[in-house]
Amino acid sequence: MSLGIPAGTAPARVAFYNDPKVRSVAYQLALCVVIGFVVYSAADNAIVNLRRAHIASGFGFWNNTAGFDISQTLIEYSSQGSTYGRAFWVGLLNTLLVAALGIIFATILGFTIGIGRLSRNWLVSRACTGYVETIRNIPLLLQLLFWYNAVLKALPETRDSFTLPLHIFLNNRGLILPKPVGQGGEGLLWLLILAGIIATVIVHVWAKRRQERTGERAPVFLIGAGLVIVPALVYVLLTGFPYNFDLPQRGRFNLTGGVEVAPEFAALLLGLSLYTAAFIGEVVRAGILAVSRGQAEAAYALGLRPGVTLRLIVLPQAMRVIIPPLTSQYLNLTKNSSLAVAIGYPDLVQVFTGTVLNQTGQAVEVVAITMAVYLTISLVTSLAMNVYNSRMALVER
Amino acid sequence: MTMSEGDLAVIELHFVRQTPLGPRPAPASMTGAVGWLRQNLLSTPFNIALTIVIALLLVWVIPELLKFLVIDAVWTGADRDACREAVQHRPIGACWPFVWERLPYFTYGSYPLDQRWRVDTFFVMLAVGVFWMLWLEAPRRDLGALYFFIVLPVTSFILLHGFAAVGLPVVDTVLWGGALVTIVVASVGIVVSLPLGILLALGRRSQMPTVRLFSTIFIEFVRGVPLVTVLFMASVMLPLFVSEAYSPDKLVRALIGIALFASAYMAEVVRAGLQAIPKGQFEGAMAVGLSYWQMMRLVVLPQALKVTIPNIVNTCIGLFKDTTLVFIVGIFDFLRTIEVSRIDPKWATPVTSTTGYAVAAIFYLVFCYSMSRYARAMEARLGKGDRR
Repeated sequence: MSLGIPAGTAPARVAFYNDPKVRSVAYQLALCVVIGFVVYSAADNAIVNLRRAHIASGFGFWNNTAGFDISQTLIEYSSQGSTYGRAFWVGLLNTLLVAALGIIFATILGFTIGIGRLSRNWLVSRACTGYVETIRNIPLLLQLLFWYNAVLKALPETRDSFTLPLHIFLNNRGLILPKPVGQGGEGLLWLLILAGIIATVIVHVWAKRRQERTGERAPVFLIGAGLVIVPALVYVLLTGFPYNFDLPQRGRFNLTGGVEVAPEFAALLLGLSLYTAAFIGEVVRAGILAVSRGQAEAAYALGLRPGVTLRLIVLPQAMRVIIPPLTSQYLNLTKNSSLAVAIGYPDLVQVFTGTVLNQTGQAVEVVAITMAVYLTISLVTSLAMNVYNSRMALVER
Repeated sequence: MTMSEGDLAVIELHFVRQTPLGPRPAPASMTGAVGWLRQNLLSTPFNIALTIVIALLLVWVIPELLKFLVIDAVWTGADRDACREAVQHRPIGACWPFVWERLPYFTYGSYPLDQRWRVDTFFVMLAVGVFWMLWLEAPRRDLGALYFFIVLPVTSFILLHGFAAVGLPVVDTVLWGGALVTIVVASVGIVVSLPLGILLALGRRSQMPTVRLFSTIFIEFVRGVPLVTVLFMASVMLPLFVSEAYSPDKLVRALIGIALFASAYMAEVVRAGLQAIPKGQFEGAMAVGLSYWQMMRLVVLPQALKVTIPNIVNTCIGLFKDTTLVFIVGIFDFLRTIEVSRIDPKWATPVTSTTGYAVAAIFYLVFCYSMSRYARAMEARLGKGDRR
């Protein structure tokens, strides 16, 4: 049957402007030109505007003396002797501190809430649902302002501090705790504890191998606890406790001694942990629901108790689903810690994009550095996540 | 006639029930309120302990909350004396007269008194648009989309900002504030981010490497940094990047920041929807000779957007909460008006802050919770077709 096209003729020619390849190249060129023009005119305007405002560009300010104080510093810092670069590191460390602690608290609370929402106990599941629905639907900034202004700042003044057991005081300057002071020999104690932890990891690996080989389980948790606690306890009993506590003393008007947890830090940590926990709860719940019901039923049929089933059967399988969104919640918490600027906790944004930017006026450089820091944290985490995902992905036929 | 053994069996059978007994009711301890309690609250010792702890917590929290918000609250008064324990000689809860007096400020900010009808008209027009878009059986939803994405933005701008030619005096955005600003920022964010997000999502899945590269860089960059820094960038760096004559005002800068930020998140949500469309749909559309945009508009996007509606609404909830961050770059949104009012000396009492924050919490809770209910209803509705 003939199609009406004589054999050997070339296909009908398409006008060159209808050729998809030509079009694609043209579109891409046009896009590059537009973006190039936008970038060029932005840079051009920036140079003109900066010159008019007499602002030097470049990163020379990094080594200039900062000249301002920071209320919480993890590394040595003074307003006269330290540079803007040093202030940057102080801010970054403060951000990382609050993010790390926030992640720990939010994870513990979030798993509790997520498992609680699926509890067969009606009161527990309703209470957890209520928590999630309330906290998720109120902006984090409002929660931070509430904890800071309405709760912590409304505490009594130093003179009328609440006295808690163990020489802990609570007032509107924060939480004042006894400060441990080393008496020599504390290094050895920490070394013993570290050795215990390493030994526990080794035991864990050995136990896992043995379980895969023989099916027998070893009480790793008990062994580990023993390995960490017993040597430390023996050491303390033999040589005495290597720490003295500098107890806060109630003076006439003031409290002296001890270590202070600033209300800004406490409010930020509290707000971030409670807020992120609600989201983590949802992630955990979704992960547990993703494990097929048959897994838990099979475990019950074998006679495992609900707690053991959850710990050994359901959660390990749920983790595969939980971990990717959990990581993005951790990233959210880290990024949200930048709201510190609203309540005056000296994090990276407050110190650098706030004070340093105002003092130097070098908006482009300062904002670029700040964004680069968060971007690096995000990209490194998502890279690690991709590696994890490819290792954990279910191997199917 | 003697009885045979067979007859005896028949007679005996008359004493046996012919029909099975009905099921007996479950023991009283397993049914009704008692059974429910045993099964749901008191099944194991651990559960009993949990129940007691939670019950104690609720017994402690709920009465305290009620006492603060209703029982001990002050309902009328002229100034702070009405809400001070030292003056009233009784425990004081929420200070509502503070809220009554400040309510216009919370709603309109410093918008001129005689022009506030314009804001009210805007609220009504927006409500009509939102209702038209969200109610899936509404008539002429195509007109609704036109109204929501084109007519509404233009008329709202003329109405709120003013336009001398139609006799509306210009109201500087510095005077805008309160719920007005919150709602304007959220709506601009949604109206801009949805189309822009769709474009970016298509760009990220494009065959053209440069388009894909630029879209991916933009999306990953914006998603990798906190909104606070994007807002800082918009408010301090944007004026540097444009020549002084066109320098946008403060509110517009924040709007640009929020809209770009929301677009990146919207793009990822739409991309997830695009990925859920089977390849055959694309191939089928191309086979019948549709161009790229016809294929997207008529075949792919209607299906992709349908499955992502719940996620789009969730992104909108996030956006609505994130509008509070414009507070940090000095714009008087709803939260900022409360923050400013609570330190007003006229109403300075120990309970003013808490009252203000309670109002803000209720405001955001009502909006976000209703949106999330809508998303959930939508999810259930869309899932109907897939349930067997």
